[in-house]
Amino acid sequence: MLYREAGQFKTTYEADQQIFPIAQDRIGIALLIGVFALVVPLIADEYWLKAIITPVLIFSLAAIGLNILTGYAGQLSLGSAAFMAVGAFGAYNVILRIDGMPFILALILGGVCAAIVGILFGLPSLRIKGFYLAVATLAAQFFIVWVLVKVEWFSNYSSSGVITAQAIEIFGYTFESPESKYLLTLAIVVVMALLAKNMVRSTTGRMWMAVRDMDVAAEVIGIRLMRTKLLAFAVSSFYCGVAGALYAYAYIGTVEPEGFNLDLSFKILFMIIIGGVGSIMGSFLGAAFIVLLPIFLDNFVPVVLGDLVSASFVSNLQLIVFGGLIIFFLIVEPHGLARLWQIGKEKLRLWPFPH
Amino acid sequence: MKLKQTVVLGAAIAGLLGSAAAYSAEQFIGLPSYRVGPYGANGASLYGGWIDYMQMVNDRDGGVGGVKLVWEECETEYNNARGVECYERLKNKGETGNSSFQPLSTGITYSVIDKVAEDKIPLVTIGYGRTDAADGRVFPWVFPLITTYWSQASAIVKYIGMKAGGMDKLKGKKIGLLYHDSAYGKESHAIMDKLAEKHGFEVVKIAVAHPGNEQQAQWLQIRKERPDYVILWGWGVMNSTAIKTAAKTGYPRDKIVGVWWSGSEEDVIPAGSVAKGYTAAGFNVAGAGYPVIKDIEQHVYAKGHGNMEKKDLVGSVLYNRGVVHGIIMVEALRTAQKKFGEGKALTGEQVRWGFEHLDIDAARLKALGASGFMPHLKVSCEDHEGSGKVKFQTWDGNQWKVVTDWVEADRGVVRPMIEASAAAYAKEKGITPRDCSKEM
Repeated sequence: MLYREAGQFKTTYEADQQIFPIAQDRIGIALLIGVFALVVPLIADEYWLKAIITPVLIFSLAAIGLNILTGYAGQLSLGSAAFMAVGAFGAYNVILRIDGMPFILALILGGVCAAIVGILFGLPSLRIKGFYLAVATLAAQFFIVWVLVKVEWFSNYSSSGVITAQAIEIFGYTFESPESKYLLTLAIVVVMALLAKNMVRSTTGRMWMAVRDMDVAAEVIGIRLMRTKLLAFAVSSFYCGVAGALYAYAYIGTVEPEGFNLDLSFKILFMIIIGGVGSIMGSFLGAAFIVLLPIFLDNFVPVVLGDLVSASFVSNLQLIVFGGLIIFFLIVEPHGLARLWQIGKEKLRLWPFPH
Repeated sequence: MKLKQTVVLGAAIAGLLGSAAAYSAEQFIGLPSYRVGPYGANGASLYGGWIDYMQMVNDRDGGVGGVKLVWEECETEYNNARGVECYERLKNKGETGNSSFQPLSTGITYSVIDKVAEDKIPLVTIGYGRTDAADGRVFPWVFPLITTYWSQASAIVKYIGMKAGGMDKLKGKKIGLLYHDSAYGKESHAIMDKLAEKHGFEVVKIAVAHPGNEQQAQWLQIRKERPDYVILWGWGVMNSTAIKTAAKTGYPRDKIVGVWWSGSEEDVIPAGSVAKGYTAAGFNVAGAGYPVIKDIEQHVYAKGHGNMEKKDLVGSVLYNRGVVHGIIMVEALRTAQKKFGEGKALTGEQVRWGFEHLDIDAARLKALGASGFMPHLKVSCEDHEGSGKVKFQTWDGNQWKVVTDWVEADRGVVRPMIEASAAAYAKEKGITPRDCSKEM
């Protein structure tokens, strides 16, 4: 009923090939973006903007990056946080060393740095697959963080290897308030997410999926494996790099290389597994789940248990519940949150008369 | 079933909102603690001591100047992003917002250092954090109290000099620096290079990756380099591993000197009997014999209000460090109340004034029942460190034995470095340093 497509006729190729072919989806996405762009800054307080929504958006972008690589191109990676670090330190150095560097260009250059490093660490993917590749990208994780600590030039010779992000300035306007930083993040994430969505529907995306599903077959039908795999690494690292730069500039402000450790890489991996491997929307859902659930439990568990048990127990209980929910969730829906949404959509199409 | 779930969820949310409601004359203190993760054991002892002290002040004195202390913990897992979330969550709680933010993590300190000036919340980092923030003219909102890493390193070198029989004996010696490969560990580099230059010894820096439970390669390198002393700059599981591996490779433990985060029971007890003879610095001492700890036992534990799960750790180094945190927090509030009035909650700005005018002298320490427990502390507008003194303690296999009096840092070396570094920061960020002669 709600999702009835009857009456929506596609008379041109353009109409048939648009990102959201169903009118309800178009309206829904427009409404969603409208709410996040106009309503959320008005009603959300500083805590929500600064500490909850902005990081969720940034992690969503990183998850999209990993999803392109792992979900669409089938190359397992454990180095996402390292590529974020490259983006953050890249953007920092570009702004520091080039006078009058526009912020958006610095973000893009940070992403480009990450893309180049990503290609380098993607080279092993030409020979090895699956778990072996994961180990190779794990090396990227350790190596990049080590280099950023070791080579002091990257942190501008700060005594502890920590960088302080410069102020964000675009066309003379300084982004200081949480609202402005949030809106900037939102704009970048929306644009990049739509780009990613389009990319995975294009020839490139179909090549990625062909390589993912069976690389030998893909090669037989004329897809150049090397180019396709390295492109996936480049695009994925670019997304992670931009996310890292946003993490430094729009969220934390002062970052140390150790902040981009293996834990963060794992978190991003969990985001796409929970959210849905091979789904752009799943990246958002997964990021929201992984970021919000611990915060919710952190608020919720002490209220319920309160003075009954010790604070250490409460802290441990949060981890137990968090882990338990992830396991439960993966058993109930191994294809992630995005799959649930898809099922819901299919049900709505038939509602109220299921077969 | 669905309805029931909704009702439960609704009740939970209502409870959340209700718990944030304001009370009258209560001073809110946000505690971004960690009780899980690789450093969980350390966090549990430290925050336990701190909370017990505040509980004791509430129970024994009815709060500070008639104002009851209230606190809320927020689990950070020693993770920077979670720390920022906790900072934002806690900052507006209570009647006047959070009184101070003390993350117990150098990484989180760096992540919020710009935010605290904006939000007017003092960032108190007792014995850790950003060293050059000791220059209060550039960092009015940051208080790396008692002793910074640079002061600490210079005090350790002094102690090694004492052991070697005079500072001039250090010439030509080799000192290994086994450090935690993070912002925290790297804080020690600049000062050690400077001191090496001054005293003519050689520093061999050896990194240990987080969390540090594998150090075979590092100790083989130490055996190859044969340093005369090793400074252990670790945290958490890295410390006990270092002591155990040192024993395995045959490096004498009495030649290892730990920084204060490497000198707790949590570090030596897991290492077992091989830890005997290991010495570490500390800005507080171990022991349950001090009157302040006795008061806590009498007013808190006797009534069953204690925060520590392992009660036998009351009086341990980290527990006592938590008590030092409590003492400093309470004394800052008391100082601020003298100026801004008792009986009402103070704002972050007023508490900041309290920290900046903190003066815990011998008489005050005696009144608090903490003589010899922690060094004297006198903070000023220029100097947000306020002391720079540490004591050295040796583990005798059962307990820590104090082996020196308060050893003062080499301030002639440290202070100019702090000022130069702070000035560089001020230049980078476009900050005009305060003129302290104009402040009262």
